[in-house]
Amino acid sequence: MIWSKRSTSSPSRADARLAGLCSAAAGLVAAILLLIVLFLLHESRPVLQRVEWLRFLTDASWHPAEGLFGLAPMLWATLVSSAGALLLAGTLGVASALFCRFYAPPSASRWFRRLVALLAGIPSVVFGFWGLTVLVPIIASWRPPGASLLTGILVLTLMILPTVALIADAALAAVPEIYLRGAAALGMSRSGTILGVALPAAKGGIIAGILLAAGRALGETMAVLMVSGNVVQMPHSLFDPVRTLTANIALEMAYATGEHRAALFVSGLVLTGLVILLAMVAARFGEVRHHG
Amino acid sequence: MAEAESLAVTRRWLPEALMTLAVWGSALLVAGIFLWLLGDLLWRGAGHLSWSFLFSSPLNAGRAGGIAPILVSTLLILGVAVAAAVPLGLATAVLLAEFLSSHSRFGRLVGLSLDVLAGVPSIVFGLFGNAFFSIFLGLGFSILSGGLTLACMVLPILVRTAEAALRAVPDDWRLAGAALGLSRTAALRHILLPAASSGLVAGLLLGVGRAMAETAALIFTSGYVDRMPSSLFDSGRALSVHIYDLSMNVAGGDGNAYASALVLIGLLILINGTSLWLAEHWLNRRILTP
Amino acid sequence: MRLKALTTTLCGILILMLLTASVALAVEQKLVLTGSSTLAPLATEIGKRFERQNPGVRVDVQSGGSSRGITDARSGLADIGLVSRALKEEEKDLKSFTVARDGIGMIVHKSNPVRELSDRQIIDIYTGKITNWRAVGGPDQPITVVNKAEGRSTLELFLHHFRLKNSDIKAQVVIGENQQGIKTVAGNRNAIGYVSIGTAEYEASQGVPIKLLPMAGVAASVENVRNGSFPLARPLNLVTKAEPQGLARRFIDFSRSESVHDLVEAQYFVPLAR
Repeated sequence: MIWSKRSTSSPSRADARLAGLCSAAAGLVAAILLLIVLFLLHESRPVLQRVEWLRFLTDASWHPAEGLFGLAPMLWATLVSSAGALLLAGTLGVASALFCRFYAPPSASRWFRRLVALLAGIPSVVFGFWGLTVLVPIIASWRPPGASLLTGILVLTLMILPTVALIADAALAAVPEIYLRGAAALGMSRSGTILGVALPAAKGGIIAGILLAAGRALGETMAVLMVSGNVVQMPHSLFDPVRTLTANIALEMAYATGEHRAALFVSGLVLTGLVILLAMVAARFGEVRHHG
Repeated sequence: MAEAESLAVTRRWLPEALMTLAVWGSALLVAGIFLWLLGDLLWRGAGHLSWSFLFSSPLNAGRAGGIAPILVSTLLILGVAVAAAVPLGLATAVLLAEFLSSHSRFGRLVGLSLDVLAGVPSIVFGLFGNAFFSIFLGLGFSILSGGLTLACMVLPILVRTAEAALRAVPDDWRLAGAALGLSRTAALRHILLPAASSGLVAGLLLGVGRAMAETAALIFTSGYVDRMPSSLFDSGRALSVHIYDLSMNVAGGDGNAYASALVLIGLLILINGTSLWLAEHWLNRRILTP
Repeated sequence: MRLKALTTTLCGILILMLLTASVALAVEQKLVLTGSSTLAPLATEIGKRFERQNPGVRVDVQSGGSSRGITDARSGLADIGLVSRALKEEEKDLKSFTVARDGIGMIVHKSNPVRELSDRQIIDIYTGKITNWRAVGGPDQPITVVNKAEGRSTLELFLHHFRLKNSDIKAQVVIGENQQGIKTVAGNRNAIGYVSIGTAEYEASQGVPIKLLPMAGVAASVENVRNGSFPLARPLNLVTKAEPQGLARRFIDFSRSESVHDLVEAQYFVPLAR
C-alpha cells in the first residue's frame, strides 16, 4: 500500500504496462457482473412489465401457473438458513483454524488442513445426497418430516465450513510472528494471545472469509434442494420444511415456460439484489475498519 | 495466603482450559463429521471401484461400465476454467492490492462486483452461461462454454484470496524492494507473489474445489453427453453432473454415484497435493535464491 | 522460467485441440436432442446404438426438462425435443412421436400397514383433510405428503387425474427428480408420494423399503401399464418442429422400432405394443 500514492520511487514502463493490464482484467471482471444483471433483467422483463413489482412480496403464495408470485417466504427461508449456517460454520470454522495454528501438534494440523481442503471440493450434490439418505431419516424419526430448515442449515454449514476454516487459517498465518512473540514476552497466556492479539490482527481476513461463505450459502442450490423440503411457507420452527430462492429456480426452471419462467428469473434478480445489499453493507463495514 | 494464590491460579487456568476444550472439541467435531461422511462414501462406493471403472465408458445410463469419458471431460472443463480465471484473477488481485488505494472508486466498484459475483447462485451462472457463451457466442454445449462459465464463478474466490494474501505481505518488504531499485513488476515477481504463495495456493485450491463440485452451472453449459470428447467444442458431462444424474434420475445408479464421488475426491487429493508441492518447491525457491 | 514453459505447453495443447475440433466437425453428421430428464438416459442409450449402426453419425443428448424440449425443438436449437408427457393444446403445432410409456404410482414406506387407498382418500390426504394415517387404517402417525415441484409433468398428470389444483395441495416435502421421491419415502416411515412405477418396482426389488399402492383397485405394475389397465400413465415423446426428414426421421423410426425395446425396458419404461 506504500505505493498506492503517486510518489512511487521507481516508475518504469513495465510497471505502467502491468497496471494497464491489471486494470483491463479488473474491468472485465466488473463487466461480467453487469452482463449477468442485464441478462437477468432481460429474461424477467415479460413478467416485470405485466405484474406490479410489489406483488412479488405481497402475494399470498407462489403458484405461478395460477398467477400468484409471492417470493417473501422464500426470501425469508434463504435469509434464515444462510444466517443459521453462517453462525455455526463461523464458530466451528474459526475454531478449526485456531486449532490448526495454535493447538494441534504440527502433524495433526497438516492432516486436519488437508481434510478441510478436501471438503472444500466435495460436490454439493454429494452433500445433498448424503443429507437426504443419512441426515433426513435421522431427523424424520425424531420430528417428521425430516426434510426441514434444520437439515438445510446443517448441510449448508458443512458446505461453507471449509471456506471459513481455510481463509481464517490463512489470515491467522499472516499475523506477523513478532506480534505473537511479543505476546509471549509479555507473559500472556495462550487464550489471551489468541483473543487479544491473533484474532484482532487476523480480523480482516476472517471477515472476508465469512463474507465469501455467506455468498456461497445464499447461492447454494443443489444440496439445499435435496434436504430442506421445498415447501413454500414461512417456517414456524426449525423442523418446518422451507424452500429457498435458489431451490425454487433449480426445481422449476427446467419445466417452466412463459411468465412462469420469467418469474423464476425475478427470483434470481431478487437474490442478486440481496447479495448486492450484503456486499454494500460489507464494503461500508470494511471502510469503517480501514479508518479505525 | 495460599488460598488466594490458588484462586489466582484457577482464575488463570480456567479460561485457558475452557478455550482449549472448545477448540479441540470443535476440531474433533468437524473432523468427526467429515470422516463420517467420507467413511460413508467409501463404504458404499469402494465396492464399485476398479481400474476398469476408471478406464471404460458408461453403459446402460451409467449403471454399468465406467467413467473414463466423464473424467476426461471434467479435467478439460477444469483446465479451461483455471486457464481463463487464474491470469484474470491474479491480475485483478494485483491491481486491487498493489496499485489502487482502498479509497479508489474503481477499486471499490470491482470489489463490490466481485462480492456480488460470489453470491450469485450457481444456477444463475448456468443460465447466464447458456445464454451468453452457448448461444450468444455460438460455442454451443461444449467444454469451452462450461469452463468459461466456471471461470466466471470462481473468479471472486481467486481474486479475494489472492488479494488478501498480497495484502498480508508486510509493507517493509515493498519498501526494501523499492530501496533496492526494483520496479513494481520485478518486486511482484521476485518478492510479493512468492511471499504470498501459500495464500495464493489456498485460493486456487478453493477455486478448483468449487469448480469441480459444481453441478447446476454445468448442466446448462457443458451438457450431458457422456461420450469421450474429441475437442473443446464437444459437449462433455462433468463428474458432478454424472453423480447428480445417477443419484437423482437413474434408478439403480447409487453404487456408481458413490464410486464416482470417491473418484472425484481422489482427483481432488491429487490436485491439492500437486499444487501444495508446487507452492513449496517452486515459489519458495524463488524467494530464497533470487 | 518454468511457469513460462508451462504456459507455453498449455497454450500449445489448447491450439492443437482447437485444430482437431475443426477437423472432427467436418466429418460427422450430428443430431441434437434436448429436453426431459426422464427421457434423457433412454435417448442417450438409443443414440449410442444408433451411432454404432450408422458410422459417421453423432447423437448428442442434453437434459433439462420437458419445456426445454418444446422450446428448443421450436427454435431449431435441437433437431428433436424430448417431452415426457402428451403435448398440450398450445403445443399442437409440433409433431410428436411416442417411444415408450410410463406409469405413475403411489408409494409409501414398506413398514406402513396401509394396503390400499381409494381415490377419495388420496385426494383428502393431498389436500390436507386427512393428516393422520389412523384415518385410513394405519398407525397413529402424522402423514408426510410428498409432492412434485410445479411444472413437472408427473405433477401435471397427477393433478389432472385427481382434478386438483396445485394450490389446493398441502405438502410437507416438495421434490424434483424421480429418485429424490423414492429416497424421501424410503427415509420416512410416514411419507406418501408418487413416482414412476418401473423405477419403484425395481428399487423395491433391490430391497429399498418402499411399497407401491394399487390405484382404483388396479395393482401398480409395469404389466398393468403395458396392458393399459392402469389409470395413471403418460407417453414419452420425441417432438419435432415439422414433419421430420432425413437423419431425424431415421432416428425417430429407429427409436420406435422393436430393436430398442430392450433399451426401453432397461430404463424401466414400457415399450410400445408390438
